[in-house]
Amino acid sequence: MLRFGGDNGMALSKEQIAQRIAQELKDGYYVNLGIGIPTLVANYIPAGINVVLQSENGLLGMGPFPFEGKEDPDLINAGKQTITTVPGSAFFDSAMSFGMIRAGKVDLTVLGAMEVSEQGDIANWKIPGKMVKGMGGAMDLVASAKNIIVAMMHVNPKGESKLLPQCSLPLTGKRCVKKIVTELAVVEVTENGFKLLERAPGVTVKEIVEKTAGKLIVEGDIKEMQF
Amino acid sequence: MNKVYKNASTAITGINDGAVIMLGGFGLCGIPENCIAALVSSGVKELTCISNNAGVDNFGIGLMLKQKQVKKMISSYVGENAEFERQLLSGELEVELIPQGTLATRCMAAGYGMPAIFTPAGVGTEVAEGKEIRVFNGKEYLLEYAFDADYAIVKAWKGDTDGNLIYKDTARNFNPLMAMAGKVTIAEVEELVPAGELDPNQIHTPGIYVHRIFKGEHYEKRIEQRTVKKVLSTL
Repeated sequence: MLRFGGDNGMALSKEQIAQRIAQELKDGYYVNLGIGIPTLVANYIPAGINVVLQSENGLLGMGPFPFEGKEDPDLINAGKQTITTVPGSAFFDSAMSFGMIRAGKVDLTVLGAMEVSEQGDIANWKIPGKMVKGMGGAMDLVASAKNIIVAMMHVNPKGESKLLPQCSLPLTGKRCVKKIVTELAVVEVTENGFKLLERAPGVTVKEIVEKTAGKLIVEGDIKEMQF
Repeated sequence: MNKVYKNASTAITGINDGAVIMLGGFGLCGIPENCIAALVSSGVKELTCISNNAGVDNFGIGLMLKQKQVKKMISSYVGENAEFERQLLSGELEVELIPQGTLATRCMAAGYGMPAIFTPAGVGTEVAEGKEIRVFNGKEYLLEYAFDADYAIVKAWKGDTDGNLIYKDTARNFNPLMAMAGKVTIAEVEELVPAGELDPNQIHTPGIYVHRIFKGEHYEKRIEQRTVKKVLSTL
């Protein structure tokens, strides 16, 4: 039995956001998971579905963290965490890694964001005036991935919506996000703006509308997410 | 033809103030630890460093930053280094941030003798400012130039006296690309064997790209994010 109610009453926890995104996985997918909530998606791959995780520092077939004492400094993921490989894995250099991304071989990319616009623009690498850490592989991924799902909170710590008419922060990529899963909702990016697909259990459409600054299309009865 | 050098300090001979150098590695994984230490000891300065990351405060390229040897960093992600942040905000350090795939492919282009590449990474962002855009099949691409580096410094797992290199696991990353891209390429290896001992089928970097090679010592191989599972899980 899943318990709902993270810090925001009935909203999903970060693990539950990851669990909902995992439902988007299909058998045989090659998937790139970003740092943060996206990484957690690997813990919820549905039974009977095989996916191959790509780590852009040069690995297909990323496995779980190693047992204590088995860490290998030569084997890390793009978040610089020690990891393992699964049977059938392959190593390659960084140019080939981004080559397979650019060529559209990776089926799904899941990444975090600071802002997403109703056109599907994404901002997740820079806050002017504060420290700039760099974009890493994010710009390459969003420019080429066939299917991009953003995992993020619906509002920022100040309570401001992160689903906007236009991004205010420097962009990572334009018109690339296909779907957004937050603690409140599953939202699709369409030609006409955001479209509400599902709501978190117990969360009202009204709350989602209030917390979405960009245009949000609500059609018919919005069903609850199923877990 | 002798490519074998005694150690890092002799292998970095000729790297002078103002040089443009590539340094392999991803985070602290697969970085040329011995050469970095030798560059720190040499005191060479005003360097332009092309490297995916900038090390951490007390390891990797962070050691060179601390000695103020770096004039400019060309990287994709530099988020782990407080001294880097301080020098950047005070204007002591120039930084060019470029997408990681663009960084890798600009190295590759240099090694393949191609002057430039087209990539969609950065289209519609500040990375595209001032760059030529071409449309292929209805999609926009940026023109990005091959790097032009004086030296490439890489770390491999095994190497032979002819300069052939084999990398291990994800310590490969940028190393083979940078090895191809330097006017002079310096490789440090954990194990150095006579030519003929490595299986030619397994070579990642053919020796033609490698000008100097030496056996590195005392590899620390620091781990940035040690993530583990407990052997016995407490249910």
